[in-house]
Amino acid sequence: MIVAVVRELWQSLRDALEALGGYAFFAARLFAGVPRALLRPGLVIEQVHNAGALSLVIIMLSGLFVGMVLGLQGFDLLERFGSEESLGTAVAFGLLKELGPVVTALLFAGRAGTALASELGLMRATDQIAAMEMMAVDPVRRVVLPRFLGGVIAMPLLAAIFSLIGLYGAQLVGVQLMGVDTGQYWSQMKAAVEIGDVMEGVIKSGVFGVACSLIAVYEGFHSAPTAEGVGRATTRTVVISSVVVLLLDYMLTAVMR
Amino acid sequence: MRQSRAILLGTGLFVLLGFAALFFLVTQITSREFGLGDAGYRVIAMFDQVGGLKPGAPVSMSGVTIGRVEAISYDFAEYRARVTLRIDGEYNRIPEDSDAGILTAGLLGGQYVGIGPGSAETFLADGARIEFTQSAIVLENLISKFLFSKAAEKPEATQESAP
Repeated sequence: MIVAVVRELWQSLRDALEALGGYAFFAARLFAGVPRALLRPGLVIEQVHNAGALSLVIIMLSGLFVGMVLGLQGFDLLERFGSEESLGTAVAFGLLKELGPVVTALLFAGRAGTALASELGLMRATDQIAAMEMMAVDPVRRVVLPRFLGGVIAMPLLAAIFSLIGLYGAQLVGVQLMGVDTGQYWSQMKAAVEIGDVMEGVIKSGVFGVACSLIAVYEGFHSAPTAEGVGRATTRTVVISSVVVLLLDYMLTAVMR
Repeated sequence: MRQSRAILLGTGLFVLLGFAALFFLVTQITSREFGLGDAGYRVIAMFDQVGGLKPGAPVSMSGVTIGRVEAISYDFAEYRARVTLRIDGEYNRIPEDSDAGILTAGLLGGQYVGIGPGSAETFLADGARIEFTQSAIVLENLISKFLFSKAAEKPEATQESAP
């Protein structure tokens, strides 16, 4: 009984390490191909469209509501200390450093990551990838790399749009509904936020972009060539992306604090 | 080709929007000013205590922001903090005997440098030094002063009531 449990644990540990090794190998292969992929920008642009432009509506809508909630909650909290004018500062720090990059990454994993994984998984299941290999076309360079790069490029832009819309959402609630002074809202924000704070968010979203795109692409490309395999790859993409994003967020925050 | 043109248009719009958002965040939300020509002049003030003053904090006269704190360093020749203020070029008529103090905006607000005008006929120029400075108020010192003065009061009070 105990032996079986230990063996089970050992097996899952080995699986996890193997997967990590697979990721490292795949990432190295992708990064090595980046310069050559940029020679064919058409493919990358198409994927920026898929990952970025098509996610725009959900990102903007989420940003608006996250900002509005921040405005309400922040106002309630700050009102207790009699410093409602600091609402802009509080909202800006929350959005730029944490919520913007993290929520964008989670939404990205749900919207674009699953699309990537299922697309690649279906290509695998319908032997399209094998067919490319038959024709001596490298599927990693032709199919995977543009998708990866598209996600990496789209993520920081999406996060910036999210934060900006969020700031206006919070302003909508804080200023129009709760009666914070508009000038105070923006000027206190401006006085407190420095360029390093904005950059922290950009760096974070860049790292999340690499992580989420890599996970989606890897899971899709290595899915089992069955209908079930595609479904499992999609699920794994969302689960792994979410956990990795939150883990990386803590580590990046600790480093850049 | 028709299809890909729609994609190009959408992508272009998205990338434009993204960079516009980034640009807005960097230029409009932060206090950094992107002046091309570095107009303005620098003035030095020495303080015994700068408190929570940070580079980038505003320098104001009567509440009007006339510049920013550029740098704060420690001067071992005088054993005081050296604060470099960058004053905008248009405010070039600050009397030489003006005083500078570190003040706090609101209860929880950040600290800033307030300049009170003197009455001299000559004005501060680039590299000049403000002689009269007032340090930031440190709450602990204030409290300890208060407590010590209270402690000093008490014995007298008891002596009076004792006989």
